[in-house]
Amino acid sequence: MRLARLAACAALGLGLCASAQAETIKIGVVLPFTGVNADLGTQIDKAFDLYVKLHAKDIAPHRVEIIKRDEGPPSGAVAKTVTTELVTRDKVQILTGYVFSPSAIATATVATQGKTPMIIANAGTAWITNLSPYIVRFSFSMWHPAYPMGTYAAKNLGCRTAAMGYTDFPPGKDSTDAFKMAFEKSGGKIVMSVPMGNPAQVPDFTPFFQSMKDAKPDCMYIFIPSGAHATGVMKTYGELGMRKAGVKLIGPQDLIPDNKLQDMGDAAIGTIVMSHYAVDFDNAQNKAFVKAWQQAYGPNSYPDFMSAAGWDTMHAIFATIKKLDGKVADGAKFVDTIKRWSGEGPRGPVRIDPDTRDIVQNEYALEVNRKPDGKLGVKTLNVINQVKDECKALKVGRCGQ
Amino acid sequence: MADIANIAVSILFDGLAYAMFLFVVSVGLSVTMGLMGFVNLAHGAFAMAGGYLVVTLTQSWGVPFVLALAIAFVVIGAVSIVFERTLYARLYKAGELDQVLLTIGLSFMAIAAYTYYYGPIPKSVPLPGWLEGQVDLGFRTFPTYRAFIIVIGAALIAILWYGFERTKLGAKIRAAVDNRRMAQSVGINVDRLFTLTFAVGSGLAALGGGIAIQLFGLNPSFALVYLVLFLIVVAVGGLGSVKGTLLAALVLGIFDTGGKYLYAEAGGFFVYAITVLILLVRPAGFYARD
Repeated sequence: MRLARLAACAALGLGLCASAQAETIKIGVVLPFTGVNADLGTQIDKAFDLYVKLHAKDIAPHRVEIIKRDEGPPSGAVAKTVTTELVTRDKVQILTGYVFSPSAIATATVATQGKTPMIIANAGTAWITNLSPYIVRFSFSMWHPAYPMGTYAAKNLGCRTAAMGYTDFPPGKDSTDAFKMAFEKSGGKIVMSVPMGNPAQVPDFTPFFQSMKDAKPDCMYIFIPSGAHATGVMKTYGELGMRKAGVKLIGPQDLIPDNKLQDMGDAAIGTIVMSHYAVDFDNAQNKAFVKAWQQAYGPNSYPDFMSAAGWDTMHAIFATIKKLDGKVADGAKFVDTIKRWSGEGPRGPVRIDPDTRDIVQNEYALEVNRKPDGKLGVKTLNVINQVKDECKALKVGRCGQ
Repeated sequence: MADIANIAVSILFDGLAYAMFLFVVSVGLSVTMGLMGFVNLAHGAFAMAGGYLVVTLTQSWGVPFVLALAIAFVVIGAVSIVFERTLYARLYKAGELDQVLLTIGLSFMAIAAYTYYYGPIPKSVPLPGWLEGQVDLGFRTFPTYRAFIIVIGAALIAILWYGFERTKLGAKIRAAVDNRRMAQSVGINVDRLFTLTFAVGSGLAALGGGIAIQLFGLNPSFALVYLVLFLIVVAVGGLGSVKGTLLAALVLGIFDTGGKYLYAEAGGFFVYAITVLILLVRPAGFYARD
């Protein structure tokens, strides 16, 4: 059979034989490697590198060439510039990464015009996936954790009133909108909503938190872009003695990224988040993932929710390359294939909803506690299976466009 | 009514703690700029270096937090002398652009070096038990750590005031800031004076960096992210004035905190609005020396 194909190749000239040859697929990775949020880029970059290292053989004879570029500050301008360069000069066939929503929002037109698949590994503002038919998201929409949290907080956590605080950029507004809608539907009341500075700089959270404390809500729902902000939130919450004052801290997973949890101390205990990932998850995929991670990056290094999404992103890209036998030049065909992907990852079962090109995943209500070994960990309080982006399902605002 | 009083106390207390942090970091920058007219944009890098030294001392060597702050002051102050003598001294007579290029370059190098060594993940410090939690003053509680910052700030203000206003060294520095050539001609060694104030200023920045870990977390970008804030304090206070720096730190710290507390929607806008207003009325800052 193989001989026959070779003979046919020889007879018809070299042009046809190229199809049987190994392809090199160029993947452009855009992540923040500098600035306050550099560690967010690192968390995803490490997951990408690890996946490529362990699974390069899966796509043989094809291989990938990764070209990394700095996403820059969370304004989107740098991300758009480097993405344009990746598409026009480096001729990448697939774009991935994108931690910040403004980056993905600014870059969407580049993906459309370049007909290049843009596989988002983090940026969570819900309506991003509507901006280009070439966008597929493997991380989350802000509504994935925030909407179920609104319901859960009102019904199960005894929050009758809540204050909301958010970092003042698109996903912050998105997250609090989602929480508010679900919380009020379940009979809760929002007493105040406080914007807390921009994502490029960790503010002194004290004035914001003090004003929330003085409003005496049952719960405070906080969205910050994880990273350095999360540490600041937890410190200030502890310093102001807010738990003792009866204000519960709740939010999306960004509040307790696994790689910073151990440094957060006792202030974090009792915090409840809605999340799609924690290092402590007890599934086989996650155990293998964490083990490989710590072998590669040291026993005190932890992957977090961004790393888990990064891992699944690269997993799906590889699976699609394999399925298309390395022929990824047609961006529309690549998107059409990857949007039907489903698989098992560190997060558990995940798939893409082909209609919205957004992720479908389980959401877990997690409470921070101290484990028997003295380290901080999380306890799963509740699981909501296979959650879709509620913003697009309900057609709220720009999600309906 | 009690509510309004409570809010006012909150704003004053938190604003005061914030102001003390701003003062401690900015005062050195102000004096060196006033004394030599040298634009040191690497000042934030010294603060960042001090923060990392405190992290290493407390986490790896088990040094108590307060002692680590003192060590950071001394070590970074001493290290800054090396930089001052080998790099800065060459550019005293150069134009501002050259100075800015040198010092911003140093900042970038420091950020890259610290990212390489410590990684970009934000660091924190283990605080001693007596600095955690709240202090109860009867009518309400205050976060202990912020009270600690206010105490440290007040102590430093007293020391700096005494040093500047009541010692011969302070008189020499004031004379040199007012009129460098005149001071030199009466036999004051302005170069050595500058080295000394530069070291003290950098040491204070390092101390401020150590204090700030608990407030903002610490990662290498600290060197640049908060620099604008320090420069605003210096500009509003007036170059080379300790009194001006203190007043500027208080006004900006309290207004920023109050603005964020009462009108969070306007967010970080307050600090800039008040800066513009003050500089419109007094273009050279509160206590400018012509």
